[in-house]
Amino acid sequence: MRDFSYLRAASVDAARAGAIQPGAMLLAGGTTLLDLAKCGVATPDTVIDVTHLSGLSAIEVDADGARIGALAKMAAVADDPAIIAAFPAISQSLTLAASQQLRNMATIGGNLMQRTRCPYFRDPGTFSACNKRAPGSGCSAIGGVTRNHAVLGVSDACIATYHGDLAVALVAFDAVVEIGERSVAIDDFFLVPGDTPERETLIEAGEMITGIRVPASAGAGNSVYLKVRDRQSYEFAAASAAVSLELEDDGRTVRDIRVALGGVATKPWRARAVEQALIGKAIDAETVKAASLLAVEGAVSNGGNQYKIALAPRVVARAISDLASKTARTSGGQA
Amino acid sequence: MTIMEPNREPRKHGSAGDGMVGGRMSRFEGELKIKGAATYALEYPMENVAHAVLVQSTIAAGRVVSVDISKASAMPGVLLVLTPQDDLGLTMCGDWAGNPSSGEPYYPLPQTVQFNGQSIAAVIAESREQASEAARLVTVTYEETPSVTGLHDPNAGEGKVMPNLVVNWGDAEQALAHAEVTIEATYETPREYHVAMEPHGLMTTWEGDALTIWEPSQWSHGMARMYAEWFGIDYENVRIVSPYIGGGFGSKGQPLAYGAVAAAASKKLGRPVKLAVTRPQNFTSYGGRAATRQTIALGATKDGILQAIRHRGMSETSVYADYAEQTGAATPVLYKVENFSSEHRIVAVNTVTPGALRGPGKNPSAYGIECAMEELAYVLDMDPLALRLKNYADHDYQSGKPWSTRRLREALTEGAAAFGWDKRSHQPRSMRDGNQLVGYGIGCGTFPVIRAPSEAIIRILADGRVEVVSGSIDMGQGTYTILAQTAAEAMGVSIDQVVVQLGDSRLPGSSIAGGSMLAGSITGAVHKAALAARDELVGLALNAPNSPFAGSGANTLSVSGGEISTGSGDGPVVTIAEMMKALGREHLEIRRNTLSDDAQEAAEQRKAWTTMARVMGPTMGDYSMHSWCAHFAEVRVDEEFGTVRVSRMVSAFDCGRLYNPKLVESQWRGGIIMGIGQALLEEGIVDPRNGRTVNNNVGDYLVPTNADIPDLTVISVGVPDLNASALGGKGVGEVGIVGVAPAIANAVYHATGKRVRDLPITLEKLI
Repeated sequence: MRDFSYLRAASVDAARAGAIQPGAMLLAGGTTLLDLAKCGVATPDTVIDVTHLSGLSAIEVDADGARIGALAKMAAVADDPAIIAAFPAISQSLTLAASQQLRNMATIGGNLMQRTRCPYFRDPGTFSACNKRAPGSGCSAIGGVTRNHAVLGVSDACIATYHGDLAVALVAFDAVVEIGERSVAIDDFFLVPGDTPERETLIEAGEMITGIRVPASAGAGNSVYLKVRDRQSYEFAAASAAVSLELEDDGRTVRDIRVALGGVATKPWRARAVEQALIGKAIDAETVKAASLLAVEGAVSNGGNQYKIALAPRVVARAISDLASKTARTSGGQA
Repeated sequence: MTIMEPNREPRKHGSAGDGMVGGRMSRFEGELKIKGAATYALEYPMENVAHAVLVQSTIAAGRVVSVDISKASAMPGVLLVLTPQDDLGLTMCGDWAGNPSSGEPYYPLPQTVQFNGQSIAAVIAESREQASEAARLVTVTYEETPSVTGLHDPNAGEGKVMPNLVVNWGDAEQALAHAEVTIEATYETPREYHVAMEPHGLMTTWEGDALTIWEPSQWSHGMARMYAEWFGIDYENVRIVSPYIGGGFGSKGQPLAYGAVAAAASKKLGRPVKLAVTRPQNFTSYGGRAATRQTIALGATKDGILQAIRHRGMSETSVYADYAEQTGAATPVLYKVENFSSEHRIVAVNTVTPGALRGPGKNPSAYGIECAMEELAYVLDMDPLALRLKNYADHDYQSGKPWSTRRLREALTEGAAAFGWDKRSHQPRSMRDGNQLVGYGIGCGTFPVIRAPSEAIIRILADGRVEVVSGSIDMGQGTYTILAQTAAEAMGVSIDQVVVQLGDSRLPGSSIAGGSMLAGSITGAVHKAALAARDELVGLALNAPNSPFAGSGANTLSVSGGEISTGSGDGPVVTIAEMMKALGREHLEIRRNTLSDDAQEAAEQRKAWTTMARVMGPTMGDYSMHSWCAHFAEVRVDEEFGTVRVSRMVSAFDCGRLYNPKLVESQWRGGIIMGIGQALLEEGIVDPRNGRTVNNNVGDYLVPTNADIPDLTVISVGVPDLNASALGGKGVGEVGIVGVAPAIANAVYHATGKRVRDLPITLEKLI
């Protein structure tokens, strides 16, 4: 690990002023930064510690939705009773992410800034080609071991998966990322790689995430985060889905639905085609199955990740069906 | 009892409880480990220590043309950079078997690159951070040559037959040709790794020609010998210190290239050197379990009587050493069969030489034969349990010898009863729970009884305590605890009075903690020494003029609870401490070994403790001796997602007498958990383009978490086997993993009707 300077920011403004310097990185929970520094991907000259800044860890939920401070810990948000009631998918996405030890350390802002687990990105000593690390150097993953690589939103320059869970739920809920004074819709915050895979978010040098706003929506309380993987804990998703569902009073017709995918795309992936195919339709197994297939429209396999194209629609369909039957039961409607 | 640690104050652990052999005492060192108070190799306080970091190759094959160390050497704190250009003055050491060294020079940082992740340079600096940053700045120029990165490489070829792994009796081809029912299938296992919690590494220091090494070791004496031979110094001048080991699983039984580098650097610098192998480097600094492939053909009558087994297996090895992961190790001993043919080949690929990983050979071998038997059962439309019982081996058909003890039938029947096998519905896909398919499967396991000599010192102290002194090691399997129990029982003292000192090559000789042989070996030596010490004490008590028993007329005395008495209720009752005082003795020391009479000379003893020369296999005697088990697995498969969850396991074991059932059950469960990982998760994933293990960390190389492990019921059906060991136990450490993967694979087939023949059974293979 390279020597670096350590600074404790006195305020958000001071942190931003420091972060604008070349080679500066913000330190919150450190669970990603330390990891990336150990494998030689992150080589900061200066680390600016923001963990102690006050006023950034609040979790507030009211009729308009939720506001989560950037320094709230993953574990705190996951266990927050108001979040569990209003946005179950958010709580579930956090509970199913990482390990308890990591959730106790990692912050929400840092969670959004986590980098991909692409093994080629993380082994610069062996694989010099990585357009994310060194723009223009090529992509070592294409033609390599791709079981965990993305099938959606990929480009010839990069197929690295966005592996996080929380952001998938946030994308489903149309959350807004607060970056100081400016606010960005979370679907816009994350970027597909295109020709510039080194740019993963809209964050500019000298900016810092200060919080996340999640607007209330009628279906939010009836939401789920379903994560499928081989190991039952501490593994990234083979495929995951965040779904919220609001039914008409008849208990079977879709008034509103939100669907987002994880583990299969280069960014948290909103599946609007699935939503459009279901809004106004009566829920039944065949309709859900047919609509869910739209989740992987345009998917591209690079070998070992072919299975994701089959798996992702099934995860979406299960999540929708489970929610629908639960809704039908609780509303007394007929499924 | 008390644990005596090297260079530390004795520490008190455990309480009296049931301290005799067979008692369920908790591990004495467990509390230390839980509290973080056990001192592991890299944690020894050491002044003036320099830190070494390895630089490893990033190509699979070729030659190091040059190493540019200019940037690294200029970094702050850097003391030394070693490259293939540096002659470290080492000589090859003799092998495990006791064959002497070839006398050739040994280059732990070789010029020739034979696998990706081979150590080719090392940076030594004042701090670990300085060394690791400088190591990143070492620039290596290679000349690449073609490589073969695994068994699936198009250029891998068929390798070569290992002549010692060809087994034939009867006429398997003829019997297969005439069998009413046959099946044939090919099974594969991937490269697997130990991933012990404690990564490899060492600390080393020299005083003149004397080398002291703190390194986790499964074999302190053997490793000391190999270090001595590398450096051309006397065996007595090497000391390996290893009181606690954070898991070994077969990986810590020999010194490795990084150890030679650290010790050589320490010598060059004239100061202590610490080398911590990073987690990614642990995947290539020593070998895991080799990838295997085996094709098994079974022939049977229509009513399920096995007629023939034909087995053709192969495993990968490195391009510079032959190591066979013996896919035919369990195949011959599990069933009664008159016609048998087995052959194992090794295929050289560009990997670090594979090594022993819990249940080597027996594990992939049982996976093949136990899957094949269930495949046969379904073709026969027969209950897999009934098929196994029908073909029960009444003796060892390979050696022709009777079993010493074999309670595999009881393991099968009692395991089946505890599991509820009779509730199984035979047809695949016929059992459901909600949207999950449910399946049951069986896998039998076996592991040979390997016998080896050991020695021990029993020292009776003036205060009445009894010291057990042995150079054997405890890597979590319970050596400290069972030796205290053995000594307490044989000496007639309470367990509180026993002090145990282990894990130091200067202490009495011992077998390796490997091949499941240590417990049987070292309890034999401790038992023998403790009985002799008690006899010595009783003899002195009867005969010494100052003894309270002098003139009592007694011709024997009893020692119980730390007190000496005539045993008849009259006469004096004297504590051991009082007796030692009466005798005027500071201590009374007895050293005993279990070597045969022809091996008592010093040189032969040395050879016995530092090589495998005196190790005896399972059929070197009148009997064929093995541990046995039967695993019963229940799985739940979400068919749409392809995810498999093990929901229940019952495993029944015949391991003879259990010295401490609590610790034995822990060993069994540990093996079963590793087996669940092997069945469903574990796989070293290699990039075929350059031989790199891309999941070389514990985030990406998946071992089971607690969430993946259901309640594991374990049952002992064994009886004492006094042919196997002095106290009647058979090995317990490895048999637990053997048979787990096939039990799960068979259950997955039963649940889904899909037969996955390559491990691990990951979700994409089922959707």
